[in-house]
Amino acid sequence: MDNTTLNDLLEGQAGTIIDVQGNDSLSARLMEMGLIPGERVEMVGQAPMGDPVEYSVVGYRLSLRRVEARRVWIQRV
Amino acid sequence: MATVALIGNPNTGKSSLFNALCGGQARVGNYPGVTVEHKTGRMRLGSTSHKSIELVDLPGTYSLSARSADEAVSVEVLSGEMPGLARPDAVIVILDATNLERNLYLLSQVLELGLPTLVALNMWDRLESEGIAIDPKSLSHSLGVPVVCTSASKRMGVADLQSALGELLESAESSQSAREQHQPASLASTSFPEPFRRCVDELALWFDSQGCRLPRFQIERLLIDDSQAHSYRVIPKVLTSEVTERISQAREQLASEGVAIPLFETRARYAWIKQRVAGVIERKPRERRASLSDQIDRWLTHRWFGLLFFVVLMFLIFQSITWFASWPMDGIEFATQWIGQRIESMMAPGPLRSLLVDGIIAGVGSVLVFLPQIAILFFFIAILEDSGYMSRAAFMMDKFMSILGMSGKSFLPLMSSFACAIPGIMATRTIENRRDRMVTILIAPLMSCSARWPVYVLMVSAFVPNRSVMGGWIGAQGAVLFAMMALGALVSIPVAWLLQRFVFPGEPSTFIMELSSYKWPSLRVVLMRVWERVLAFLARAGSLILVTSVLIWAAAYFPGDHGPLDIATAKLEAEQAIPDADPEKQQALETQINQLKSEMISQSYLGTAGDWIEPIVRPLGWDGKIGVAVLASFPAREVIVATLGTIYSLGAGQDENSQGLAAQLRSATWPDGRPVYTLATACSIMVFFALCAQCVSTLVTIRRETNSWRWPIFSFVYMTALAYAGAWIVFNLMSFW
Repeated sequence: MDNTTLNDLLEGQAGTIIDVQGNDSLSARLMEMGLIPGERVEMVGQAPMGDPVEYSVVGYRLSLRRVEARRVWIQRV
Repeated sequence: MATVALIGNPNTGKSSLFNALCGGQARVGNYPGVTVEHKTGRMRLGSTSHKSIELVDLPGTYSLSARSADEAVSVEVLSGEMPGLARPDAVIVILDATNLERNLYLLSQVLELGLPTLVALNMWDRLESEGIAIDPKSLSHSLGVPVVCTSASKRMGVADLQSALGELLESAESSQSAREQHQPASLASTSFPEPFRRCVDELALWFDSQGCRLPRFQIERLLIDDSQAHSYRVIPKVLTSEVTERISQAREQLASEGVAIPLFETRARYAWIKQRVAGVIERKPRERRASLSDQIDRWLTHRWFGLLFFVVLMFLIFQSITWFASWPMDGIEFATQWIGQRIESMMAPGPLRSLLVDGIIAGVGSVLVFLPQIAILFFFIAILEDSGYMSRAAFMMDKFMSILGMSGKSFLPLMSSFACAIPGIMATRTIENRRDRMVTILIAPLMSCSARWPVYVLMVSAFVPNRSVMGGWIGAQGAVLFAMMALGALVSIPVAWLLQRFVFPGEPSTFIMELSSYKWPSLRVVLMRVWERVLAFLARAGSLILVTSVLIWAAAYFPGDHGPLDIATAKLEAEQAIPDADPEKQQALETQINQLKSEMISQSYLGTAGDWIEPIVRPLGWDGKIGVAVLASFPAREVIVATLGTIYSLGAGQDENSQGLAAQLRSATWPDGRPVYTLATACSIMVFFALCAQCVSTLVTIRRETNSWRWPIFSFVYMTALAYAGAWIVFNLMSFW
């Protein structure tokens, strides 16, 4: 078991979502955008200044800041 | 006539589908009290049917939780609470078939509104290449609503969609009494936790007892969304405090029973989605090969190349706006002058002619001149948006903007504001964080817009020596122009910081954004968007700008006996009509007219205001005439050039490049003989114009976008204070120098 957050993924690495932390509207928004437990997420690339990060999830590309990515716990695959 | 709403996630091809259904017969409506526009269009159901349908295009949204203004509008339209718009008879939900699960989230919410619903499964043509197979029949069965496969950009499936809509409306009509018939097979909300549903029941009973009947969906939203959300708008004001009380009680109780608000909703809906798509969708396991879009993306968001490309692209866009716009701008200028001359030749001098020529044609014309720039700017913005690059630009600039406390979504509105703050402010609608959006709106007018150019060009050409500095590399005039361009952007940094610190505390910004795949922009969608903007701009020029032009004209014309001036003008025109007239006589008449004009102006209300204003503007190195010109340029900055021209007895309509006005400015003196204009005065005027909010259209746009007069007044006060302070500092520094 290697549990980390989305923020720890390097380019090309992927993981399966375990949980989205927090109980506020930001977490709800992350889940509305498809970051739900069981989904596979891949880190696609980062912006020129290292933040934000581009992820591939449920068939589309999502941009998250590293602060936001830290809320999403994953298991590496 | 039936009303049908069209809703879907952003980037699902909704605009293409709307255009395909309505055949370009769209109009943008602005509903009072609402900050967000939505489009309506007319469509017919097939060639045989005579039934016409009003199609309402709702803003692209991921969810109906009323967090942003866009989402709130959608809920209000769909529940029939939008003033001036009947509750839709049916709703078309457009889903991106390549991204079905996430798109079904919105559908799960729409279904609960109880409207006859039709699903357009769009991007059908791209499924195969994505390795996805969907069985539309099973999907329709599983969802309990009709499903039509479409490829809106290729106009495939549009006729099927129209006939399915016809059937849906017919069956809805025939079973008007039995609404349950339109209840789909299953709703996600039936699997909400039992304590939550009990709470909703209790609240519904209470609302009924208060004589305020709310749909169940909206009561759920009140319980789930936080109190900042727009769902509170539907509650009558008298009930607000009690509702807030009851909701917070209900939430406490739910928390003690283990219901996690707001997350349980998302979980329940995705569980529902999993059940609905089981056995309907099949994804072929395929090796992850980088798609063309990915390859482009690697380059365009590359550490160095991405930034370089971005800078070059922005430079080219702003350059080409100046290049392409100059021809049509000259044309419009020529046309307004020609119309003015035609009127002058047909009418005898008098107040009516002056109103038409100096007031309406000069006023509205000076603003219409910017139409080509605005159209071209929107053309590029629409291409950037439709091609998918816009979201990458925001992606790349986010880090930089976050240092200033904002997000990448603010970058492009601010960039557009260098052409004109009005489209820039309108472009902030895509920013869902209220604080980010407000700060962006309030600093956008500081960006050096194109209307400041005429002022800078006049002052620089008259007072900055045309010589090289820094060893001949930089021209002094060019350097001053550039400094003026950069000034507003530099000042906006501390202003943004102060606004975030003291005016809009809290609510940290986020950057959760979909990066749509790259595609060739659709010319139809792009031109459509430009057309909408052009119409909106023309409407404004025809109303607000017309009225202010007339008011300013009246203030500069009355009171005063214009008889001698009119006689002199008539004499001059008669003289000019003679083929071999005496040039000296003409010269004398012109001097007399200029003299009279300047007398009339100083007698007018505007001139009296100048005497009043002189003590206030004296510390800036200005005389009363400059003060009046600045006052008169309240409707639009560039008006100062025309007003200075009028005041310096050359008559209005002087071009800013004309040596005449520049020479007149140089020879103007104080009563004691010192020149009024020095380099310090010129710089003080330029700095004032760089920082002031002298633009009624911008202020009205802020009013419309923030839905309150408070913010345009705030903008005007803070920017005028900044402008005054900046001009004072520059004048005093340079005078000591």
